[in-house]
Amino acid sequence: MDFASIDPTTIIYNLMIAATPILYAALGELLVEKAGVLNLGVEGMMIIGAICGFAISVETGSSYIGFIAAACGGAMLSVIFAVMTQYFLANQVASGLALTLFGLGLAALLGHSYTGQVPPQISKLDLPILSTIPVFGKMFFHHDFFVYFSLMLVLFVWYFLTKTRLGLVVQAVGENHDSAHAIGYSVTTIRFFSILFGGALAGLGGGYLSLIRVPQWTEGMTAGAGWIALAIVVFSSWRPWRLILGAYIFGGITILQLNLQAIGVNIDIALLSMTPYAITIVALVLMSVNKSKKSLGAPGSLGKSFIKVS
Amino acid sequence: MKYIKFLSLISLFFVGIISSVFAADLKVGFIYVNPVGENTGWDYQHDLGRKAVEEAYGDKVETSYVEAVPEGADAERVMTQMALSGHDMIFATSFGFMDPVMNVASKFPNVKFEHATGYKRSDNVATYSARFYEGRSIIGHIAGRMTNTDTIGYIASYPIPEVIRGINSAYLAAKAVNPNIKFKVVWVFTWFDPAKEADAASTLIDQGADMIMQHTDSTAAMTIAEERGVFAFGQASDMKKFGPRAQLTSIIDDWAPYYVERVGKALNGTWKSEDTWDGLAPGMAAISEFSKEIPEKIRKEAQNLHDAIASGTIHSFTGPINKQDGSAWLSTGETADDGTLLGMNFYVEGIEGDIPQ
Repeated sequence: MDFASIDPTTIIYNLMIAATPILYAALGELLVEKAGVLNLGVEGMMIIGAICGFAISVETGSSYIGFIAAACGGAMLSVIFAVMTQYFLANQVASGLALTLFGLGLAALLGHSYTGQVPPQISKLDLPILSTIPVFGKMFFHHDFFVYFSLMLVLFVWYFLTKTRLGLVVQAVGENHDSAHAIGYSVTTIRFFSILFGGALAGLGGGYLSLIRVPQWTEGMTAGAGWIALAIVVFSSWRPWRLILGAYIFGGITILQLNLQAIGVNIDIALLSMTPYAITIVALVLMSVNKSKKSLGAPGSLGKSFIKVS
Repeated sequence: MKYIKFLSLISLFFVGIISSVFAADLKVGFIYVNPVGENTGWDYQHDLGRKAVEEAYGDKVETSYVEAVPEGADAERVMTQMALSGHDMIFATSFGFMDPVMNVASKFPNVKFEHATGYKRSDNVATYSARFYEGRSIIGHIAGRMTNTDTIGYIASYPIPEVIRGINSAYLAAKAVNPNIKFKVVWVFTWFDPAKEADAASTLIDQGADMIMQHTDSTAAMTIAEERGVFAFGQASDMKKFGPRAQLTSIIDDWAPYYVERVGKALNGTWKSEDTWDGLAPGMAAISEFSKEIPEKIRKEAQNLHDAIASGTIHSFTGPINKQDGSAWLSTGETADDGTLLGMNFYVEGIEGDIPQ
């Protein structure tokens, strides 16, 4: 057993890459839930993003266009969910699950002829000056554009939700849709566009998976990443900054587990893969014991359909 | 209502007769656990075998296949459907189809079943598998000769004898030409999860491996090897497309000769239930073209080793070999018997780490 051969620099570097897809998806879901909608279709939207991004970037030869396509693909799938839950008032849990199943099947169908293709490579974006800092430079500033972009989006969502008028309206809709409606906001429209944003981000996460992290298309390649994204939204208690922590813990455990194995530590892999979920439960318990239910941070109208009375 | 039911039964009966009059001599069905895919993989290789059968017998044989069949009740349903629709022979190409095959076979004693990599047989169920470990000896030799860091990274799927045998075989061949060799084994507990396999490959490379071997089905590790500038060995199919520079060679599953032979026996009535375990000699396990990155001299050595194993003069497991705990396994000159190989659950001496339980 040679612990010296585990290099923390490369572990942190790799965990950031492993965490980025779930960070994107979780960030989208966070905003959706803040608007009071529970969309369990993250996995389905991710895989649609993965195939759309992959197919378009293979056809056009540009990964950037591919990422745009991934976002569009995810958003388009989420339209189905939005229409069903916002206009036909279908049950959100059932619609979300259906969206996941539908997305997985549709992606397999779309991707049939793309198995075994090679996507265009994306270059690393070394940030000037920062990337030359020893150790930290390689850990944090030697990534591709979309790793930085995910962190920028966290900043954006945090700013949007807490500092802008529209963001506060979104939160109001999520906390109590009847009151928000009473003072004149269109609950349905706001939720509709939140769901679209969530879909686009889930799509980006999927695109990151098929274009950068793996990089290739295979059926069912998200392998549960969408469910992890849902879990870390709860773990973060609906706060954007904590999402980063959550996603990086999840990514870190995956990477650390492989590193420990490679140096010959005998560990129970099932136990390690379980830990992130266990942490989520513990975090939930801790937060709910603490004071009132408010500290949990769940939006008040989460998962409830809005029925317009007047 | 009864009248309609009766009519439809009658018409079904006639359709049955007509189709059996015009049908080919033999109808052969294949079931695959994953989608066939376009270029690579376990199921793709089986489908190449199916195409070879069609080519060899032309109009005499009709083949069909069902892909992405989950192991379990669905497999049973699909095979029953095949047997009912007049298939005379069914190839089930995944280990997990074993019990469904046995169940369906007992209900259709006139249908011949062939099950890949399984160990349960009956009068109408034959089994077959390939000695992939013979191919692993060759990639072990190449890796041992070519590594600069004396470290080989190995992505393993599940701790079953098939996989453990492969690790041991590759290690022994590498150790024979490079006494300093070290194997780093990572168990991913999946046959197919591109993201996980990609992470495993990067981890191994980070920890100094400059040769990557895999016993998983996706091409993710090959892509990573290409990206990171190390060498790798493909699995099941030629993965050159994913690592034009990285791939030194691939172990290839070539089921075509076996399938053609077995279907031929079914046609002329000499088919019987057997257990087949073939290796490099008939080419059931084959090695793809050696890369130009392998120096001429090593390429020749590898070819010689290949020929010697194929002709039976060299066995991948020839003593003296000790088990990992130091206890004696094979004495000098002794070769491993098939029983031990099929149930192999230990590392040979020199490999570090434990096999997960």
